[in-house]
Amino acid sequence: MANLLTVSNLVTEFGGTKTAPGLRAVNDVSFTLEKGRVLGLVGESGSGKSVTGFSIMGLVDRPGKVTGGRIIFDNRDLIGLEHEEMRRLRGKRIAMVFQDPMMTLNPVLRIGTQITEAIQAHDPMTKSAARIRARDALGLVGIPSPEERLDAYPHEFSGGMRQRVAIAIAMLHHPDLIIADEPTTALDVTIQSQIIAEFQKMAEISGTAVIWITHDLAIVSRLADDIAVMYAGRLVETGPVEQVLGTPRHPYTQGLIQSVPSQNQRGHRLHQIPGMTPSLTRLPTGCSFRTRCSFATEQCHTIPERTDTGTRTYRCFHPVTEGL
Amino acid sequence: MLASLLRRLIQAIMVILAMTIIVFVGVSVIGNPVDILINPDASQAEYARVVAHLGLDRPLWQQYLMFLQGIFHGDFGTSFVYNKPALSLIVERLPATLELAMTALLIAIVVGLPLGLYAGLHPERLSSRLIMSGSILGFSLPTFWVGLMFILLFSVQLGWLPSGGRGETASLFGTNWSFLTADGLHHLILPALNLALFKTSLVLRLTRAGVQEVLPQDYIKFARAKGLSENRVIYTHVLKNLMIPVVTITGLEFGSLIAFSVVTESIFAWPGMGKLIIDSINTLDRPVIVAYLMMMVMLFVALNFIIDICYTLLDPRVRLDTKGK
Amino acid sequence: MSQAANKPQETALLPASLPSTSRMVRTGKLAQKFVMSPGAAIGLGVLVLIIFLAVFSPLISPQNPYDLSQLDILDGRLAPGSSSFDGVPYYLGTDAQGRDILSGILYGLRTSLIVGVLSAFAAATIGTSIGLIAAYVGGRVETLLMRLVDLQLSFPTILMALMMLAFLGKGLTNVVIALIIAEWATYARTVRSSALVEREKEYIEAAHCLRLPGYRILFRHLLPNCLAPVIVISTMQVARAIGLEATLSFLGLGASVTEPSLGMLISNGYQYLLSGLYWISFFPGIALLITIVAINLVGDRLRDILNPRSI
Repeated sequence: MANLLTVSNLVTEFGGTKTAPGLRAVNDVSFTLEKGRVLGLVGESGSGKSVTGFSIMGLVDRPGKVTGGRIIFDNRDLIGLEHEEMRRLRGKRIAMVFQDPMMTLNPVLRIGTQITEAIQAHDPMTKSAARIRARDALGLVGIPSPEERLDAYPHEFSGGMRQRVAIAIAMLHHPDLIIADEPTTALDVTIQSQIIAEFQKMAEISGTAVIWITHDLAIVSRLADDIAVMYAGRLVETGPVEQVLGTPRHPYTQGLIQSVPSQNQRGHRLHQIPGMTPSLTRLPTGCSFRTRCSFATEQCHTIPERTDTGTRTYRCFHPVTEGL
Repeated sequence: MLASLLRRLIQAIMVILAMTIIVFVGVSVIGNPVDILINPDASQAEYARVVAHLGLDRPLWQQYLMFLQGIFHGDFGTSFVYNKPALSLIVERLPATLELAMTALLIAIVVGLPLGLYAGLHPERLSSRLIMSGSILGFSLPTFWVGLMFILLFSVQLGWLPSGGRGETASLFGTNWSFLTADGLHHLILPALNLALFKTSLVLRLTRAGVQEVLPQDYIKFARAKGLSENRVIYTHVLKNLMIPVVTITGLEFGSLIAFSVVTESIFAWPGMGKLIIDSINTLDRPVIVAYLMMMVMLFVALNFIIDICYTLLDPRVRLDTKGK
Repeated sequence: MSQAANKPQETALLPASLPSTSRMVRTGKLAQKFVMSPGAAIGLGVLVLIIFLAVFSPLISPQNPYDLSQLDILDGRLAPGSSSFDGVPYYLGTDAQGRDILSGILYGLRTSLIVGVLSAFAAATIGTSIGLIAAYVGGRVETLLMRLVDLQLSFPTILMALMMLAFLGKGLTNVVIALIIAEWATYARTVRSSALVEREKEYIEAAHCLRLPGYRILFRHLLPNCLAPVIVISTMQVARAIGLEATLSFLGLGASVTEPSLGMLISNGYQYLLSGLYWISFFPGIALLITIVAINLVGDRLRDILNPRSI
């Protein structure tokens, strides 16, 4: 199947000038996504996974800027696309759901307004027609008495309900791609499963591909087809979810998996990756992970090339060989 | 909603009562009440008669009740200078002041809001930095001196605009307004600009700060992610959030515009309340002073009340809050 | 920035005697940060110059503009740059009485600064005490005091000042009193809110545990940690007071004609403005403007450094 999205060598920098490079929040990131597939983009906070999502949306906040690479979406490079063309894609063919539902809806506008404006931005139609569609969209994500709720304000909704509204808005135009930036992190565990189920249902109905940004491996293993692990702005490992989680190649991926509490036996110490995530301002030379890696050698002072085995890739001189 | 309205109304009345006490104490304890209430040129016999008549020999609390009663009936005494009821003097001049303050407020919003929006949306541009520096100047420039410089430049040097007075007026709703005639408008420009200067800077800075607070919010990013046009994002999502503080502050500032019109009216010989109060303080025309002060108190309380309601209408979160109570 | 904000709290943990070295280091750091902004550095430089001129105005200025024996009515209304009959240059011209504008400005600066500093300082002292007491005592006293503050702050300064002058009568002293009464509430509100935050912190609890007397906790522990915003407001307040004094004097409610005040000088020039004698009002106004801008620049920077909001 043709790739819906091909990201190659993407670089997003903050605060760079023409002469001096800025901080690379996203550094040489490449991955592909097929139509209707779910990609789990995993990493610690600050690893650049959200910025990757925003880069695809063309919504990186100043002073951040995409400074290199290509984002081919449906055979078009999104980088350098005209503002108006990008706007027509946003919300229509690529949608996004944010992390904190308390913050994603404008507090002073009615829910109905916030949905209908998203409809009318792409499909010119009368207000009343848009309102009917908005009502149906709310009903579809399981909000009771949607007609009345259209006139409500965001603060009259719970967090879970707001996230449903956000999903309803994202799904309005049956996009080809949804970028979900930790949409369940801010919610209660019980609500989390509901929202995930909602997502799966919606994505299935319209054959939408999903990039699910998270730090939660459990969610990824349940939801994703493929996984991409990010560390300090770089993708360190990508591949089908069972393979990567079953037999990780990169020491960082292995560390992540071992840190999941359910992986540990009761009474045993929880495994941790030693050290702390390095700040982008003080990245070690070469492989960013080498200072925390038990396999690191002199060789790791240069940046490892991407090893591509056909189905999976990783960047490491000393890949983990367990389970091979 | 109704209950909170009632509560605010009661609060407003309490404030007015408190201010009557302050004004009463001010004029009858700090100042000499006899000086305040009768003409300094009065003879000894008349003096004694007035003291008895006004009940100044009675206990203070009785005097206060009388004072309150007078206010209640709109009776502040008679102006020594104009020999007319003080209240009607004030009310007569109210339209001129209102006209000036309204025009200044309009200028402040029409100029300050777009500039602030621009400076907030493009903070890194040179033009934005110039706007911000200009606003610091607007804060620091002494209003009265700027007024003089306006006269010097536009009236004396260039001869474009008149230096004082209201010009020709036309009648509307039973009062005379300058803005209805070309000549009146001509006269209105300089004083209104002068009065607007400070507030323009304020609206500008407020708007810019608001924009910078709202822009990084997730809901703005989400609005963009929905594919809304930039205009829709700015004029609906950003602006609607901005309106809450801007309306509140500009509303509050309207009162301060009326208070500050004292200065502008004196410079441009604008025949409003402000000029009257300065003249009255200078001529010790105390009934007018008391009438003016009480008038301003009520005006401010009324303004605060109206702003409170506007605020409730604008911010749905507050609305719910009051519903809950 | 937060470091600077946290520092005073650390030192306050040490009882009573502060090690003077740490204080010096702190002041040094503050000065360093201050100079990093060119605008503020220039503002400070200009301000120091103005203070110098104001303090030594009797020694510097060409004449005593308020000593009538030194004035020559024949020298009245001379344009800037012209000289008197006996060859003394009037750099900025003279007013109707033959008063040298430059000397008038120098003497006027003195009055302005005294009025500004005096009223700001008094308002700060009163407002800070009330704010501290309100926060510390709490209960009904607090409610009452804060209601009073709310009431006061719902009216603009100029109206409060006019009201006080209407009660007290005209004059420079009364202007100072009016300014104090019009401004104390700002301090009270600010100090109370920072004191409320500080009150909950551990060092105050520690002081309570040591059974230190109330006044000692209030003034030796709570007060120093609420001072940063007071300093910032005071700086701005001096500028505001100077502007307001000039305004009131211009309106004829402040300084009398024979008192040296910038507002009075500008007011004197008002009637000659229409005949084109611009300098009588223009130069004192410029002096006023420069003073206010300089103070505001310094205050702005102080606010950025001390960042009262984070406290």
